[in-house]
Amino acid sequence: MQSPGRPAGSPQNERLSTGRPQRYGGGLRALSIATVLAIALALALVFFYAPLEAEQGFLQKIFYLHVPMAIVALCGFVIGGLLAIQHLRTRDARWDMRSYVAIHMSLIFAVGTLVTGSIWAKGSWGHWWVWNEPTLVSFLIVFLLYATYQPLRFAIEDPERQSRYASVFAVTAGAFVPMNFIAVRLSTAYLHPRVLGGTANLPGEMALTFLVSLFAMALLYATLCKYELTAKHTRAQVRALRRRLSGESDAAGRARSAAPTLAPTTVPARTAAGSGA
Amino acid sequence: MDALEVAGLTRRFGERDALSDVSLTLAEGRTLVVFGPNGAGKTTLLRVLATLLRPHAGGVRVLGHELPGEAWALRGHVGLLGHEPLLYRELSARENLRFHARLHGVSRERVDQVLDTVAMSKRAHEPLRTLSRGMVQRVAVARAVLHEPELLLLDEPYSNLDPAAVELVAPLIGAGTDPARPRTRVICSHDPHGGLAEADVVLGLRAGRPELVRAAGAVDAEEIAGLYR
Amino acid sequence: MNGTVTTRSTVRALLRKELLVELRTLESVPGMSLFAVTTFVVFHFALNRSSVEGDLAAGILWVTLLFAAILGINRLFVADADQGGFDGFLLAPVERSAMLIAKALTLLAYLAALELVAVPAFALLLLGPSLGGVLGELVLILLLADLGVAVIGTLVAALAVQTRARDLLGPLLALPLLVPIVIGAARATSPLLAFSHPGGAPGRWLATLGLYDLLFGLIAYALFDFLLED
Repeated sequence: MQSPGRPAGSPQNERLSTGRPQRYGGGLRALSIATVLAIALALALVFFYAPLEAEQGFLQKIFYLHVPMAIVALCGFVIGGLLAIQHLRTRDARWDMRSYVAIHMSLIFAVGTLVTGSIWAKGSWGHWWVWNEPTLVSFLIVFLLYATYQPLRFAIEDPERQSRYASVFAVTAGAFVPMNFIAVRLSTAYLHPRVLGGTANLPGEMALTFLVSLFAMALLYATLCKYELTAKHTRAQVRALRRRLSGESDAAGRARSAAPTLAPTTVPARTAAGSGA
Repeated sequence: MDALEVAGLTRRFGERDALSDVSLTLAEGRTLVVFGPNGAGKTTLLRVLATLLRPHAGGVRVLGHELPGEAWALRGHVGLLGHEPLLYRELSARENLRFHARLHGVSRERVDQVLDTVAMSKRAHEPLRTLSRGMVQRVAVARAVLHEPELLLLDEPYSNLDPAAVELVAPLIGAGTDPARPRTRVICSHDPHGGLAEADVVLGLRAGRPELVRAAGAVDAEEIAGLYR
Repeated sequence: MNGTVTTRSTVRALLRKELLVELRTLESVPGMSLFAVTTFVVFHFALNRSSVEGDLAAGILWVTLLFAAILGINRLFVADADQGGFDGFLLAPVERSAMLIAKALTLLAYLAALELVAVPAFALLLLGPSLGGVLGELVLILLLADLGVAVIGTLVAALAVQTRARDLLGPLLALPLLVPIVIGAARATSPLLAFSHPGGAPGRWLATLGLYDLLFGLIAYALFDFLLED
């Protein structure tokens, strides 16, 4: 929808002025229900189906929480990097929003990984922290790196530059994640056997439970991300509408924020009232 | 050929519009003067034309090149004199200019020539931090025109210059005198009378929006002063 | 009209400017070197040891070099951001990755100068075994590690300099990214600094360092332009 007042035939650089309102909440309910079901199934399997492990007993069941969380968090960080590449290529702020939410959520999952890993270590090894578990150590480093993501964003006031720099960081950090894992694993491998046990050579029932848990965790991640994306988009649209109702954009603009800014997608650049010459 | 063709230029800053639907054309060799209170978007406009900022919407053609796609082709043909001198304080005038000369493929003789024109040859070897503001501004002018750009973008160029210095830099940033090498200029000014005297086209900005776009003959200083109220 | 500008001449022009500014202000290299030597003294008191070897020696050396490098990284783009302005460079008809190359080479030069002071100081103050036979290998490790620090340092410095908390964010961003380099460098150096020299540096770690340097070099090259433009 072309805005009135713009000369015909002017080239369009803008990507978001479609004028058609976008729905972001589509499928959210279905996704939530699927997630709840998957989690219920996983819990049932964990407590009633998976066998009790010989050495560590009941505590070992935290494995079904810790490792899927770790895998999903890591994938989330890498996905955040891929989404950031898209943002740098297309300069569409929506990719930055997706990247931001993916990293944000992965960071929360990473904290969960560290906490569950720590509990597991304390329960089975007697210490709240162990250095010879490469997953845990790698996670600590990755967490320390991504913990700077929001402070970095917050420290840049220009919203466009904020998005761009955040994307550069997200790509760098996303590439760093696998390299870091390899490096840490190399440095610990030859010294001690894995304390908390890996995922190879799992007997049938445990493998099934693990896969279902992983699936449930991934669904949970996707649902939470979608919730956050929907909320942010909705809020941006409300702000745009409010500004349109109260008169044009002489507003001071939002306060400084670490979250990406979305240009209003439903508001055409010019309305009939108050347009210039 | 038109030096500038701007149609519906918009540049956002977050959810605010720094520039909103600006349209104008400027023929080669002509001077556009931009008026407006602080924060009106004058500097943003200059930076977009200099290829330092991308347009968010609308079309911009500078010297026949489309922005942002052909921005690379424009570099070296545009000279920017902003609020910052863009010079290193620890280096001397000559070292600064030689650095810029190397970046633009300009000869050392040209460096000496502009230093002479702005009457800085004698103090060209002293670190800039020892020089007065007026002198630094003169060197900044030299930097802006070093590579003989076809388009000059000047943001309040005469601030910090005493009348003698203004005369010195006139051949460098004043209206071009050689018809074979047209010098197109865009000047941001706060001085209604002085600015109007130099203008062929006038643009008045307020809060990013073009309040008036007219040939210089059709505007008087009163209207321009009205922008600031 | 004006001559064409190659990437090589751009890098040369930038390097010249960098070294000129550094020679005039002496802001980076002397500070980094002094910091390293002082840190060795602090370590002596903190650890209550007069002589270290093996893992401990490698650790002290690399931690100190790393933190001294951070000082240099913090200052890398400050002059450009505050005075010279990236604008001057961005307006020129030059290849923008030339700035990445020039800055990384500058940081590499600073690190080399730092190590020329820090390593002998370390050998003098804290190191037990002599460096005689292993100097060649040590230089190789230093070079490989320095390349990685230079590339990552430049990328992080460019990220941090235009933010509000630049002195804080720089180290916070750099240190996790430099952990793999510390791992590789320390593990490789440790056998060189042991009283009993069980062979030379394990090739595995040199390969790790080299690969990391290469990967990050490519990433930095691909991303750097996005940090400069608007």
